[in-house]
Amino acid sequence: MKQIKKLSDGEIAELIRLSGKLREKCLEMIHNAKSGHPGGNLSAIDLMLVLYKNVINHCCEWDCSPEWDKRDRFVLSKGHASAALYCVLAECEYFLEDELMSFRRLGTRLQGHPNCNCVPGVEIPSGSLGQGLSMANGIALSLRLDKSNAKVFVMLGDGELQEGQVWEAAMSAAHYKLNNVIAIVDRNRLQIDGCTEDVKAIEPLADKWRAFGWEVLEINGHDFQQIYTAYNEAINLGEATSRPIVIIANTIKGKGVSFMENNAGWHGKATKQEEFIKAVEELRGKC
Amino acid sequence: MLTDNKTVSSLRQAYGETLVQLGEENKNIVVLDADLACSTQTIRFQKAFPERFFNMGVAEQDGVCTAAGLAYSGRIAFFSTFAVFASGRAWDQVRCSVAHPNLNVKIVATHGGVTVGEDGASHQALEDISIMRSLPNMRVIIPADSVETRAVIRYVAETKGPFYVRLTRPNMPEIFDAKEYKFEPKARVLVEGKDVTIATYGETVIEALKCAEMLKEKGVSAEVINVPVIKPFDEKTIIESAKKTGAVLTVENHSIIGGLGSTVCETLSEKMPLPVKRIGVRDEFGQSGEYTLLMEKYGLVAEKFINEALELIRSKKY
Repeated sequence: MKQIKKLSDGEIAELIRLSGKLREKCLEMIHNAKSGHPGGNLSAIDLMLVLYKNVINHCCEWDCSPEWDKRDRFVLSKGHASAALYCVLAECEYFLEDELMSFRRLGTRLQGHPNCNCVPGVEIPSGSLGQGLSMANGIALSLRLDKSNAKVFVMLGDGELQEGQVWEAAMSAAHYKLNNVIAIVDRNRLQIDGCTEDVKAIEPLADKWRAFGWEVLEINGHDFQQIYTAYNEAINLGEATSRPIVIIANTIKGKGVSFMENNAGWHGKATKQEEFIKAVEELRGKC
Repeated sequence: MLTDNKTVSSLRQAYGETLVQLGEENKNIVVLDADLACSTQTIRFQKAFPERFFNMGVAEQDGVCTAAGLAYSGRIAFFSTFAVFASGRAWDQVRCSVAHPNLNVKIVATHGGVTVGEDGASHQALEDISIMRSLPNMRVIIPADSVETRAVIRYVAETKGPFYVRLTRPNMPEIFDAKEYKFEPKARVLVEGKDVTIATYGETVIEALKCAEMLKEKGVSAEVINVPVIKPFDEKTIIESAKKTGAVLTVENHSIIGGLGSTVCETLSEKMPLPVKRIGVRDEFGQSGEYTLLMEKYGLVAEKFINEALELIRSKKY
């Protein structure tokens, strides 16, 4: 088991800077496209940022590097957080940042929900909720056949957990002892029609995953030190236990913009001009 | 190429045996099933290559997407269950996780059509070809006997991209001579004729051949075309035959909505309008019963659709 180091003050400062920059980019993409999902992108972005910047082995030379097969995989099952993923991939130089503003426009590679055939760094298609964990399991089974040590990280929304297929896949991962699968639940507690617990309750969530044979970690999904520690702990746990691991990341929908925070109304709508300006001012004020 | 039809054999067994051969030749082949490995015969692959076989339990949606994940990682993934579940239960998964990303997943669905028999409507896929062929990137093939099955399974394994292959439950007479048969992804004229074209696939190919014999006794010359590949559809062969005979009868163990009949109508109405009559299940659910009786009930036997053929010939405009 590897000793888990802590992020340095310098690394945390850099993550804070980037999370502000990418949040702004995300909102600009959605504003520019006049459509998208601000709430769930802002809740998920810190988790993706730490993963790509500080945790996974990856390489932006899509498909042409000898290191390519050894990469860890990230599967975005909650495909509506596509803007956040595209921002993080652009930050990691999978493609040029200029392309981000083509998001959701006719002819773009950056489709509203991710299409793996055209965007460098996007591993699987998503958009129809509930399918990502099963695909992650398939990738994990294939890695095992190859005797690879690579890990598969998969991010699910909390509302998405109402899809029955997620639990079919949860059973499969435990049955096949897929300790190379690490699921992240973006637990922002809101879905389109309101609170998850009002629409159709998913609690007790940690108990559900445990009952399905998973190791469970719970963190604050906006605390960079906690996120970093949880990813590394999950990798260690997998190697120690032969069980799949889920990180329940408690997050805030719309995090970083006061009028979007904890407001289900911002699940799937773009900002008006004055709202966008206010959001950017707030984000810049914070970092 | 045609035999005397005296040998009867199982398409599913042919599938299972071919999977084992392919598994020996190519270690990238993996197989998934959804608790029907005995029925679909993937159990043969499971016994030969347990590390490359994954039983997904009674969870078709999870099964399809897991197969997609394996295919994304470079495997050739076969997924099998009954046709009604592979197509209907997991349609969105096939659409979003297999067809859209154009992954190398081969859905081999057994127990298609009313020939499932006693299990009844819930288990009789009569819409599968319709809903599968409407998906971009998806190709749809239905072999007629075990000889064609072996060749089709090999073809889909060797051809990149998603396929939906439907196999029938009952044992079928071997129509094709294994020594001479070569699969090509197109329609094939089995009997040449000039008065009417009978286009069909799967279990009803043998019935169409019988019908042509019966028509011959009445002095009518029927052309029989085997159309195993519904998509991509071989328009050329159908149009050429229709041009010659002037009328097309389609026969299929499927709903008349969206299957071969619809495909032929779409093609001919756009390119060469002429009378078509569709034989199949007429917008209703199936029911329990012995499969030969069900074939008769839904008009899928030569003795029944010969009358439709004769009527169609009479309706031709000369």
